[in-house]
Amino acid sequence: MVYLTRKAEFSASHLYHNPDFTPEENRRVFGKCNNPHGHGHNYTLEVTVKGEVDPRSGFVVDLKQLKEIMHREVLDAMDHRFLNKEVPEFQHQIPTTENIAIAIWQRLAPKLARAQLHRVRVYETPDLFVDFFGEE
Amino acid sequence: MKAHLSRRYLFSASHRLLSEAMSNEENQTTYGKCNNPYGHGHNYTVEVTVSGPVDPQTGMVCNLTDLDGFIGREVLVRFDHENLNMLPQFAHEVPTTENLCIQIYEIVQRGFHLAHLERVRIEETMMNSFEYSG
Repeated sequence: MVYLTRKAEFSASHLYHNPDFTPEENRRVFGKCNNPHGHGHNYTLEVTVKGEVDPRSGFVVDLKQLKEIMHREVLDAMDHRFLNKEVPEFQHQIPTTENIAIAIWQRLAPKLARAQLHRVRVYETPDLFVDFFGEE
Repeated sequence: MKAHLSRRYLFSASHRLLSEAMSNEENQTTYGKCNNPYGHGHNYTVEVTVSGPVDPQTGMVCNLTDLDGFIGREVLVRFDHENLNMLPQFAHEVPTTENLCIQIYEIVQRGFHLAHLERVRIEETMMNSFEYSG
């Protein structure tokens, strides 16, 4: 089994707000992430796939295809977007780094043909990141 | 749905590697310049990884404010800008980054109960890092 990791970057804005909470509760739980007009980050995405090395190509996965899938499924949808308003998953879910990692996994997993998705890692900043390994 | 959350913190400290169980020569051979008599320092990066189900109400494994508060109070205040050899927890233990990693893991394991501790990883320099998962 060999693991291969591809990185990508996207920039997006978001805010944390739960409509079931009172304004005070939103402020207390989410702090400045609850500021009403949102704020942004440069996110780094790391997608790790695993599989056996194809003896003909020597590849675990065709990187060009993986890159295209990541662009089509994730970057086209999230890069330079306001996540709460423009990405369907976050109409009813808070776009925390945890939920972004899960949403990216759910977008990518069904699209990968030969290799299997192993991990989605999303860095919100260099000092904060989330790993999602699928439903364990 | 379970996710892993990792947060990185910085602190600076000095240490000298010296084992009570060794002769001067053996300390010198084992630790090299890390055994120099007056110690030396590093900028340490501590990476703490916790895991748990993502709370549907908050979208979080745990609130970062709580984790940052705990690490600030219980880890950074204790070690930042200190000489590790002078701290009681290193009175009889060599302050290698392996031992520091285990001590920090145990502090978090004992005191932070808002998520499951997966791992503590410390970068002593850009070239050396250590991990402890219990």
